[in-house]
Amino acid sequence: MDLNQLTIIQAKEGLKRKKFSALELTKACLKRIKNIDPKINAFVTVIEDIALANAKEADGLPTNGQDLPLLGIPISIKDNFCTQGIRTTASSRVLGDFIPPYDATVVRKLKDAGMVLLGKTNMDAWAHGSSTETSDYGITKNPWNTDFLPGGSSGGAAASVAADETIAGIGSETAGSIRQPAAWCGVVGLKPTYGRVSRYGVVAMASSLDSPGPITKTVEDSALILQVLAGKDYFDATTSAKEAPNYLKNLNKPINGIKIGVSDDYFESVNIEVKEKVMDAIKMLEKLGAKIKNVKLFSPKYAIAVYTILQRSEVSSNLARYDGIRYGNDRSYFGDEAKRRIMLGTYALSAGYYDQYYNKAQKVRTLIVRDFEKAFKDVDVIVAPTSPSTALPVGSSKNNPMFGEITDVLVEPSSIAGLPGINIPCGFSKEGLPVGMQIISPQFREELMLNVAYKYEQRAEWYRIKPKL
Amino acid sequence: MVDNKYISVIGLEVHVELKTKSKMFCGCSADYFGNEPNTHVCPVCLGLPGALPVPNKKAIEWCVMIGLAFNCKIPLVSKFDRKNYFYPDLPKGYQISQYGEPFCVNGYVILNSFQDLGREANKMPKQVRHDREKKIRIRRVHMEEDTAKLIHQSGVQNFDKGYSLIDFNRSGVPLVEIVTEPDFESTYQVVQYLKKLQQIVRYLNVSNADMEKGEMRLEPNISLRLTTVKNKALISKLPSYKVEVKNINSFRFVEKAINYEIERQRKILESAKTPIQETRGWDEKRQITVAQRVKEEANEYRYFPEPDIPPIRFTQDQIRQLTDQIPELPDHRSLRFQKGYDLSTYNSQILVKEKSTANYFEEAVRVNQKSKIKNQKYVDIKSIANWIINKKVDINTILPAQLIQTIIASSQSTAFEEIELKKIVKQVILDNPKAVRDYKKGKENAVMFLVGQTMKKMPKGIDANLVKKNLEKELSTLSLRGSVS
Repeated sequence: MDLNQLTIIQAKEGLKRKKFSALELTKACLKRIKNIDPKINAFVTVIEDIALANAKEADGLPTNGQDLPLLGIPISIKDNFCTQGIRTTASSRVLGDFIPPYDATVVRKLKDAGMVLLGKTNMDAWAHGSSTETSDYGITKNPWNTDFLPGGSSGGAAASVAADETIAGIGSETAGSIRQPAAWCGVVGLKPTYGRVSRYGVVAMASSLDSPGPITKTVEDSALILQVLAGKDYFDATTSAKEAPNYLKNLNKPINGIKIGVSDDYFESVNIEVKEKVMDAIKMLEKLGAKIKNVKLFSPKYAIAVYTILQRSEVSSNLARYDGIRYGNDRSYFGDEAKRRIMLGTYALSAGYYDQYYNKAQKVRTLIVRDFEKAFKDVDVIVAPTSPSTALPVGSSKNNPMFGEITDVLVEPSSIAGLPGINIPCGFSKEGLPVGMQIISPQFREELMLNVAYKYEQRAEWYRIKPKL
Repeated sequence: MVDNKYISVIGLEVHVELKTKSKMFCGCSADYFGNEPNTHVCPVCLGLPGALPVPNKKAIEWCVMIGLAFNCKIPLVSKFDRKNYFYPDLPKGYQISQYGEPFCVNGYVILNSFQDLGREANKMPKQVRHDREKKIRIRRVHMEEDTAKLIHQSGVQNFDKGYSLIDFNRSGVPLVEIVTEPDFESTYQVVQYLKKLQQIVRYLNVSNADMEKGEMRLEPNISLRLTTVKNKALISKLPSYKVEVKNINSFRFVEKAINYEIERQRKILESAKTPIQETRGWDEKRQITVAQRVKEEANEYRYFPEPDIPPIRFTQDQIRQLTDQIPELPDHRSLRFQKGYDLSTYNSQILVKEKSTANYFEEAVRVNQKSKIKNQKYVDIKSIANWIINKKVDINTILPAQLIQTIIASSQSTAFEEIELKKIVKQVILDNPKAVRDYKKGKENAVMFLVGQTMKKMPKGIDANLVKKNLEKELSTLSLRGSVS
């Protein structure tokens, strides 16, 4: 196995045993990026010099007493996280050569944990999309088949992990932007509870929904990164003071008796192959001892209108600061998708329309929150397909303004309710494209979904299969 | 017979800058005045991508205290909202403010209160006392953040040529907005209210409220209400418009600006037209109000709850604790001085005008009282008050105890001085018979000559008025021929 194909856990083991150095590990990733990124375009910026310097520094640190969880581990970060001194674009030409004077809290925590930053990954411009086709820096291709999309908006992050250009990646999700590209790229994508991980320094999309989270090759890697990132941040008033539990400790706990909720509505209008693979996975969970229960939830299609209105309203306000006066380029650089969202959001907040759109959407949001609370009285976690289909061909999102909202229908309800969700690979379509399954748990109960995900992953072992690039 | 009369209908919006250490939503220093531009800034108050607001707890507490001092109710749940509009001094493209659920609501302040009149009020008939009171209802007191400061090249906003500079030191400084109902009927009431507001926030020690420094900003909205007496019945129509006036930056111009606007509107109404509902600016140079170049009423703010800041919830206990932190306010203190120290309304009001003076006075009284108990020399309280008020005592350098000693000493020397003065006065009169004759003939000025002569012979610093009084007293005992009787 090449060094860049390792997981975080494997890499840490290797570094500890001095089988290889952090420098060698980083060089392997950089070499891989050089070779195949021209084909998949997962990165907007690669910081070779800084990465090598960080790796050398990591090698030079004394090993005793220094138990930094990510020491010497190469990581890719979605380009909407501010990285001090390193270009941050959110894949938009408006922020063309914006160089942040500060680090996002997530970035600072990863740095403190010893990571080696490889570079910033491609995304839908401003995170407005589920395809990475709206990036101003070119489309990212799916490593499993470059005629297909990787999903979005964290398409670059998911692709970089799937293609082994990095050991792990960081993405962000507003409604699907971690889980969906993870599903289409066959990797593990974790969206934490809203407020579990700090948003400070993340280019704001929808303030009441944005959740930064890890995109990794395995569930254990995901738990490790979540442990580094979770916690109250005094720079983000919406982070929770609830202490984060130990996410790694009980990953391997037997799941006998765990109640898994399955909702028929979440299988409606889902691609046959996706349905099959997810049902197979659920059967396997049953074999592992879990109890499968039918739950009645609102049809996810009701969440589409709620999400569309709320997200675009917040977007129209959050983009107002990009006037080109203090940094970046002026508004004429906004792409069509951003303009569409700004207009719709502004309309929904206008006098005379606020009550029937924004206010009403918030009310329905409360109903959705309560709907999940009710369901979680009967079950511990909910399992469903992550996306109604496997990856779609390049070009699918063009001339399709509601593309994102429709492909994300199965993840929108949990996002609106602020719930955590994780995507894990559960098979492949006949075409060889990954199928993803999502597990949703109650707020701040990430350890539940990690446990179920881990047990399934260790039995199914889909992570052993890699794309042929 | 129809008799039209226009009554002013004025409401006030006052912004008060809090003197917290840090800004409203970030840790930058809020002490911006006079500092090098853009030196008190961070990603948050610059509106950089990814920056988030975190509310300043002290600022919120102080806002609640202001509301309590204005007799407001404090709802247990309140929140921040976004006010969306574009202007170069607003880095995020929205201002974090409060719309639907402010911190304080439905208060009031009494102007011209019977407390001001003191015990004399008790002698007045109840109706007269009531008429002399003016209750101004406070609609709300809420928090928001200040904008950056725009500095225009030639001093006047000029979009066509040149450039404007933006200093973000002020961006994010905490502002408390106090909004009244349109209860003011005269400019006099407006000035009274402003003075009272300034006094209260200074007593609370939450703001210096210096209008010239922009720490207190005023936006009156003014309209005129037509009242008609038709066949002995009073008919009053509510005004169908209101005009907001901005840019009144100093106390001296408050009255002028509002009076100008009232006059302007009256002329329009009298020509059977209605003034346009608009925002006007006070032009200090030309001493007139002018229509604003940018029509502000076109702005639609699209208020929605600030998603980056969870709602703020108070407990009754916390409100009680904040109430306890409010010091004795000037009205109450003045009344206590009148009752407790037997001072006049006028003198009490002067003493309580600034908290430091009132504190100094009471400390001096305490020291004096101690001396009295110990059977040491002491003075009467009224003279302590008189000295502080009339002799411009520097309360920062002279300790209260020292003041008491000075008063004691001077009352002794005063007695001594009086004897000496009487001697000299008699001598001066003897020495200047012509001046005395002139005075007796009716030439009032002649006494000033005699005052001068007397003062030459007295130690420096003697009160000229005292000298004059003594001379006049002595001269009045003389007959027209000028000889001592």
